[in-house]
Amino acid sequence: MERKVVDFWVGLFVVAGFAALLMLALKVGNFGAYSPKNVYVVKAHFDNIGGLKARAPVRSSGVLVGRVDAINFDTKKYDAEVTLTMDGDYKFPTDTTASVLTSGILGENYVGLEAGGDTENLKQGDVIKITQSAVVLEKLISQFLFNKAQENTSDKEKK
Amino acid sequence: MVDGLLRAVRLVGAMTIDGVWRIGVGSRFLALILLHSGLSFRRFGLTIRKIFFSGVLSVIIIAVSGLFVGMVLALQGFQTLQTYGSTEKLGVLVALSLLRELGPVVSALLFASRAGSAITAEIGLMKATEQLTAMDMMAVNPVARVVAPHFWGGVISMPLLATIFSAVGIFGAYLVGVVLIGVDDGAFWSQMQEAVDFRYDIVNGLIKSFVFGIAVTAIATFEGFDAKPTAEGVSGATARTVVTSSLVILALDLVLTAFMIKGWN
Repeated sequence: MERKVVDFWVGLFVVAGFAALLMLALKVGNFGAYSPKNVYVVKAHFDNIGGLKARAPVRSSGVLVGRVDAINFDTKKYDAEVTLTMDGDYKFPTDTTASVLTSGILGENYVGLEAGGDTENLKQGDVIKITQSAVVLEKLISQFLFNKAQENTSDKEKK
Repeated sequence: MVDGLLRAVRLVGAMTIDGVWRIGVGSRFLALILLHSGLSFRRFGLTIRKIFFSGVLSVIIIAVSGLFVGMVLALQGFQTLQTYGSTEKLGVLVALSLLRELGPVVSALLFASRAGSAITAEIGLMKATEQLTAMDMMAVNPVARVVAPHFWGGVISMPLLATIFSAVGIFGAYLVGVVLIGVDDGAFWSQMQEAVDFRYDIVNGLIKSFVFGIAVTAIATFEGFDAKPTAEGVSGATARTVVTSSLVILALDLVLTAFMIKGWN
């Protein structure tokens, strides 16, 4: 096939396009950045998940150890059932505590794991038994006000 | 009074019928292109020439626009994010708005005015100078020989152009945000990587630009093929290409975004 100058420029254009895509995928997107080869799935039940969403990070001591895979409502227990996909490299004891936390004041919700002391580790399909729900700001404020009011009345009674 | 009203009603009716007729002919034309696109892949040199014509020649305007759009986004975004004290989210703001919306839409609008109008003018002028008729006389199908390579050249070029636009735009935002204003370099990229998803942001943007590429080149080739074979007819067809494809891009964008919005949360 005869070669033309046009072919060179089109080739350059296509290469530039794919280079841009590669840059977007690797530098901008999270493609390939976090995809552990061996994973295990565990579940956790929360009374309240707050603003937790699918694909939210699972962190332990601030380190990314997995991702939230799915969030469902358990119609038998009437609470939220959160499925976590964990990196197989990180093992956690069976009495690990899972809590819904917030990064910063306006930040996103994530699941925080705190390792327990059990000798056995969580396996595929296990359920994390000890969980802590998301903090709901309204409840916190009402609790604070209630305590304040109680303090005042008890102070008066003493006098 | 009644006469004028009647004329107005008649005009609306005639325009509606004409519009529906044009949509019908346009769809038939698109089917005809797809039916006769075998030649543009068997003799891929034809398509490569059209990729050069509509893709490579549009790179300059796309890249420069992308750079400036990214820079302006960074400036504007920084001003707003500053009031919330979360300027490190600048990378997220720029990357998501470019990948999801501005990259596909603005590059498609630029493509419509840079390449779409050129395609219409070329095909329209070939028709006006009776080159298409001459091809027909020589038993060469003008749709397969001229129109389909144009179509596929545009469809292949459009996603590449949109990707270049987004990438250059993010680089422009980096220049203004990190180098000029002084947002933290690590936070800019890491927050961006945290928020941008390959499947739901980058691939969806590519799908958008692919659909826009089909729409723009189909409209451009149809307007050229359908143009009145006069100087005035060709200029009118060129103007119609830019107007129609811009409106179609924006309308399609709304529909596609409505489909894709579920993946974004």
